[in-house]
Amino acid sequence: MNSLSRSLGVAAIVATGFAFAAPAFAAGAGEKPPRQTWSFYGPFGTYDKAQLQRGFKVYRENCASCHGLSKLSFRNLSEPGGPGFTDGQVRTLAAEYKVKDGPNEAGDMFERPARPSDRFPKPFANDELAKAANNGAVPPDFSVIAKARSYERGFPTYLFDIVTQYQQQGPDYITALLTGYEAPPKGVKVEDGLHWNKYFPGNKIAMSNPLLAMFDDAGKASDPNYYTDGTPVTKLQVAKDVTAFLMWAAEPKMEERKRTGVKVMLWLIVLAGLLFMLKKRIWSRLDAEPSKAH
Amino acid sequence: MGEHHSTYVPNTGIERWIDARLPIVRLMHDSAVSYPVPRNLNYFWTFGGILMFMLVSQIITGIVLVMHYTPHVDYAFSSVEHIMRDVNYGWLMRYAHANGASMFFIAVYIHIFRGMYYGSYKAPRELLWILGVVIFLLMMATAFMGYVLPWGQMSFWGATVITNLFSAIPVVGEAIVTWLWGGYSVDNPTLNRFFSLHYLLPFMIFGVVILHVWALHHVGQNNPSGVEVKNYKKDTVPFTPFATVKDAFALVCFLMVFAWFVFFHPNFLGHADNYIPADPLKTPAHIVPEWYFLPFYGILRAIPDKLGGVVAMFASIAILAFLPWLDTSKVKSGAYRPAFKIFFWVFVLVAILLGYTGSQPTDQAVLTLGGRTILDMVGFAQILTVMYFAYFVVVLPLLGLFEKPKPLPASIADSVLASGHAH
Ligand code: HEC
Ligand code: HEM
Repeated sequence: MNSLSRSLGVAAIVATGFAFAAPAFAAGAGEKPPRQTWSFYGPFGTYDKAQLQRGFKVYRENCASCHGLSKLSFRNLSEPGGPGFTDGQVRTLAAEYKVKDGPNEAGDMFERPARPSDRFPKPFANDELAKAANNGAVPPDFSVIAKARSYERGFPTYLFDIVTQYQQQGPDYITALLTGYEAPPKGVKVEDGLHWNKYFPGNKIAMSNPLLAMFDDAGKASDPNYYTDGTPVTKLQVAKDVTAFLMWAAEPKMEERKRTGVKVMLWLIVLAGLLFMLKKRIWSRLDAEPSKAH
Repeated sequence: MGEHHSTYVPNTGIERWIDARLPIVRLMHDSAVSYPVPRNLNYFWTFGGILMFMLVSQIITGIVLVMHYTPHVDYAFSSVEHIMRDVNYGWLMRYAHANGASMFFIAVYIHIFRGMYYGSYKAPRELLWILGVVIFLLMMATAFMGYVLPWGQMSFWGATVITNLFSAIPVVGEAIVTWLWGGYSVDNPTLNRFFSLHYLLPFMIFGVVILHVWALHHVGQNNPSGVEVKNYKKDTVPFTPFATVKDAFALVCFLMVFAWFVFFHPNFLGHADNYIPADPLKTPAHIVPEWYFLPFYGILRAIPDKLGGVVAMFASIAILAFLPWLDTSKVKSGAYRPAFKIFFWVFVLVAILLGYTGSQPTDQAVLTLGGRTILDMVGFAQILTVMYFAYFVVVLPLLGLFEKPKPLPASIADSVLASGHAH
């Protein structure tokens, strides 16, 4: 490559760099979420099945009454690359939910226990109802929430992200949000029904701390045996577990995607090597007798 | 290379029979096998082939997506999620299509800057160049409408902002916007027509690409020396195997970058807000278009007057078509134009910085002095916009008159000898 090629290359990288500085962020500062370690980080990262199972438990017992999971079916819970529940567990679980079906032969709609093929029922019949129950704010559906939240990385950090593979803004933010409830700074008035959270954009969030009941004021778990797999029950652990579950919910095909990607990459690398050698050989014909090429 | 005559020899009876009736094999042979290409092309000349690949890739993944997508405001978002979750390799189709658009634009920007550096727009390639600009415009329209289809927050608000631009047109503006929307806001009719056009435009691009390549094969490729082919035996090599193998190698390298994003970083080039379903009642804090529109968006917002901004934005693209006549230099390749080179790189930087301004909030400070903002994003964008247009209407016309180019090689073969290697 000549020097033009090199400078164009650099320019292209810088160009893409600047251009990708685009993400928009909600007005008002929320503090920058601290980075967590995630098992699903990087090209070889996978979900931690036990963590997804714990996260699902947290979701079901602490969030599901307000936040739906409308794009997921019960069967997803036993599919490869997920929490790895057994088919039997999923059937039992689904049966605990009621879904509307029909009309039956008499023309009536009826309720029946859910089957694995059913989608998770919505917690509220409509947004108005959800608002009425939540101080005017609709609890967002959780199906893709882990991909629907982000925070600004800033130049040039996001450029390095291409190489370092950092793409966990959403999970880091959700974990931060769940652990970010605190007393408002002196002199700041928080209106009734709103709560101070240092990571929420604008800081005043309509959701009260959903993990409040799980811990006492000193931050000690009210039920130390909440997890059956021996994992210590800390605020951060619980927040991370439910977040990991949400990441899986948003990206259930991640493991398949990365596995395919590794194969594709290897294949491309080998192909590129072969083509490069072929190219060298073919073009070396010119060194001998340039005008004999035709 | 217009004088290059067909070297196709039909060898079998069937080939001779076909050749006498529809010389299609001859056409393919002449344009993809024996077609002579300058022997000094560098890797920037591989992006045409890469673009061709990306167009086909977008069409194929797109057609598969359409089989599962539902163009309705109530179902569009869900149907995309259905593709991601329930369709076999649906995630691959969708991520390949979304990231493919970005790759397509990366390639086309490199392709365009290549042309600008080596003066590929100059005679006899003016029409070839203008067809390229038409392709670029069609690509932008296609990508814009495609981004609306998943019906996320950015889809909806991006569509609202951009279609609203037409309301700046005096007298008939409002009527045009209503007509574009098919109603009084961006809604289901808008989604449906955008879907229809998003399917149509790539095939129109395909048509213009055929003209583009036809023109290319008529006038022949430019090359890094900017000197035209004089002796085709000495100056060129046959497309196959020389260019074919080089293009294939470059394409595979490009695909590695593409695959990196698709498989390992699929949402990097996208926007988190577009995973929030469209909500006409909730405006996102900061509406930004896709990265490849940012320089033009920067120009749009630089002009305080709405109509002025729209005119400037469209002018910034349209002016590309006039390059062949704005650049007065007789020398094609920037490699032999010392002053041009500097201005060219400044122009590249200006384009990048315009993209940066387009991505930032308008009231953000760029320069502060003692706590006071002396330059905000809009002001910065204004300076850059002036520089952008100055390149076309001041620098290039004058440079040709005053610049003293370096001596040109007598021929392509000579330039290869001078650089010491053929490839
Ligand atoms: C009592 C109802 C309720 C419960 C239970 C609840 N939430 Fe929420 N949640 C809300 C509401 C309401 C909002 C919207 C807040 C707003 O926009 O101000 C919300 C918003 C959120 C958001 C989005 C914040 C943002 O950036 O927009 C996340 C993430 C979230 N909740 C996580 C959780 C998790 C995890 C749990 C379970 C551990 C949970 N919530 C339990 C009501 C609830
Ligand atoms: C869908 C988009 C496009 C496709 C598929 C495409 C395809 C091609 C191909 C295959 C070539 C020959 C290989 C090469 O020289 O790189 C080429 C050449 C060329 N293209 Fe494009 N092109 C596209 C867009 C554009 C645009 C947007 C422009 C300019 C605005 C442009 C300008 C040119 C020029 C000037 C040449 C001749 C280059 C030379 O010989 O120096 N093209 N194109």
